[in-house]
Parts: sequence; structure tokens; C-alpha cells
Amino acid sequence: MIVADQKPLEEIYAYLEDNRRVLIVGCRECVTVCQAGGEKEVGLLAAALRLKRQAGGEEPLETIEDCVQRQCDAEYVEPLKEAAAGVDLVISMACGVGVQYLAEYLTDTWVVPALNTRFGGGSVEQGVWEERCGFCGDCLLDRTGGICPVARCSKSLFNGPCGGSYDGKCEVDESIDCGWQLIFDRLKSLDRLALLTEIHPAKDWRTSRDGGPRRVIREDLRT
Amino acid sequence: MSSEVFEPTIVAYCCYYCGLTAADLAGAMRLEYPANVRVVEVPCSGKTDPRVILGAFEGGADGVYVVGCLEGDCYFIEGNTRAAKRVARLKALLDQIGVGGERLAMYNVYCSMGPKFAAIASEMTERIRALGPSPLRRGAAATAGGGGGDGSAGTGEGSAQS
Repeated sequence: MIVADQKPLEEIYAYLEDNRRVLIVGCRECVTVCQAGGEKEVGLLAAALRLKRQAGGEEPLETIEDCVQRQCDAEYVEPLKEAAAGVDLVISMACGVGVQYLAEYLTDTWVVPALNTRFGGGSVEQGVWEERCGFCGDCLLDRTGGICPVARCSKSLFNGPCGGSYDGKCEVDESIDCGWQLIFDRLKSLDRLALLTEIHPAKDWRTSRDGGPRRVIREDLRT
Repeated sequence: MSSEVFEPTIVAYCCYYCGLTAADLAGAMRLEYPANVRVVEVPCSGKTDPRVILGAFEGGADGVYVVGCLEGDCYFIEGNTRAAKRVARLKALLDQIGVGGERLAMYNVYCSMGPKFAAIASEMTERIRALGPSPLRRGAAATAGGGGGDGSAGTGEGSAQS
């Protein structure tokens, strides 16, 4: 899933300027799971903004709360047009994709983000999320025992650990497992260490951040 | 300052198993504690949703506190420790909002601690009295009847959302 976290309240509050009526929209997918932009967080942010406005002795802020199934889907975003029609500002509590969808469809309204989109990852324990995928566009997890060197190695190395690997930890931070130690241990436990002796050409990074916005086209699904 | 004593409105979210029982005991023991405190029952202190606490402030509370079981003694194992973490986070948020984190507190009692419950009520009342009215009240007064968010009072008393 996409993991995000909320921006500082001050930063979000600054978006309000002297606006009186705002629509705050959450998303029921990834950001609900990582508890950054679901229905609860929408309610909490709305209350915090109202209270901050009130505590400052300024004109009251009217908040309209909504939470759609997916902000990255026109089907769910289009119906928001009605709610957005009478507001001064829309605050999206989705990932960067959701914010852009709202901006694209709510053409007459200023849309701002309440979250910082962090990475593609998952939960490793209650309240802790960790990166797992680097979105490189050319998955090689078949060669590395299901552990991604792009996302899990701090240097995204492809040829084993660097000299900064010590006791299975990364020199960048002791709390980070060395990605290549994890790969080695996993392959060893499954008796597949021979995979590491295979020679592969340099990774083709054109599938990653290159060549403009990436697209996936499925002709069989197009209308 | 004015010689008139400020009487704050304080909401106490008390867990059913210890906080509320202690409050009951305080009553049964005929212990006196400030009438400023409105006791609201929650199934567990860990169930106290941050939105509910902000709702209480929005609805006019000058102070709020959460009462859970003693540490290590929660009926739901760790609801009280979770509540303590949430209260700590909310205190920081209240500072950012401008209400002040010192207006929110977390206490732990055992069900037989009626006298302690009464003492906590007095302590919290004194603390909030010293702080004065909530900045939200002052802010609302400054805008002369602007009225805060919609349905705030309902949220504040919405402790039964279990």
C-alpha cells in the first residue's frame, strides 16, 4: 500500500488563509489502513482546524467532511463535485495520487494536500510502517528471495552488501537491517545461494523514473 | 483579576471497570468533590477517541481528563496504556491548536480508590481554574456568537460511540 503521514498542523492551517468553508476529503484505501487519511483522521483534522480558528478569535471555520472509497478513481471523485461547489478550499487526505485526482476533477476549486506521501510499504508492527517497494517497474524479486534490493538496501545495490554492512545492520542506521544480509540469509535458508552466482546485465532503469509519467495500457480492457 | 471565582466545565471520561466504579464509590462514601466535573462512562479508557476529546473542548469544556485502570491492571489488558499514548499525542495537538495540552490529563485508579477519584477531581478543577477559561471560549466571545463547528456538542458527549 501507499504509506503516508500527516503534515504538521501549522502547515495545513496556513492553507486556510481567510477561507471560511472547507471540504476535507479522506480515502478509504491505503491511507485509512496507515491511519493517516481515513474517516477518523478527517474528523480529527476538521476538529483541530475549527478549534485552532476559534482559539485565535478569528471568524469560525465551517468544515464539511467526506471520505470516498478511492480518491485515485474518477468514479468516486466525480460525485464530490456537488459538495465542492460551495466551498473555498478542498483539503485532500489521500496520497499524492488522490490529491491530483481531486484537482483534476474539481476544476473550479483549489485543492491542497494534508498528507506527505512517503513510500510503498506495509506495517511491520502496530504503528510502524516500512518501505518494501521502490516502484522500479522491473521486478527482480525472483532472484533475491522476495527481498527487494532497490527498496531494502540503502544504496539500492545489486551486487551484494557494501562495506557498511555490520552484524546484519546497515551503516546508515542501526535500526535498518542490511537488505543484502536479509537476501543472503533467505537464499541460504532455502538452499538457493547459487542464484547469487548468476551474472545479470545492468538493470534497465528506463522502467523507473525515466521518460515522463509512466503508463500501463491494457488494450483488452480499454473501451 | 476579577474577584469572581471561575467555575470551569470539566469532562472526565471514566472507564467502566475502574474509573467509573471509583467515582461510584466516591459517591457511596459521601465524598465531596467539585461539581464542575461531568463524568462520562466509556467502556475502556482505550476507547476514548481523540475526536471525542476534541469534541468536548469544542462543546465548551475547559478541561478534560481520562480515567483508566491502574497500569498493568486494565480489564482489556492494555487499553489504559494505549489511552495514555493517545492522550500524550492529543496534548501535543492541543498545544498546536492553541488550547493548551495542560488542559488534558490522564489518570489511573483502581476501582476501590474512591478517595483518590475525589482528589483527582479536585486537583483537575484547581488546575483548570488556575488556567482560566478555555481559549476557545475567549475566541468565541471575540467573534461574538460566531459559533464553532457544526454538531460539536454532540461529538463532545458522544462517548457512547462504542
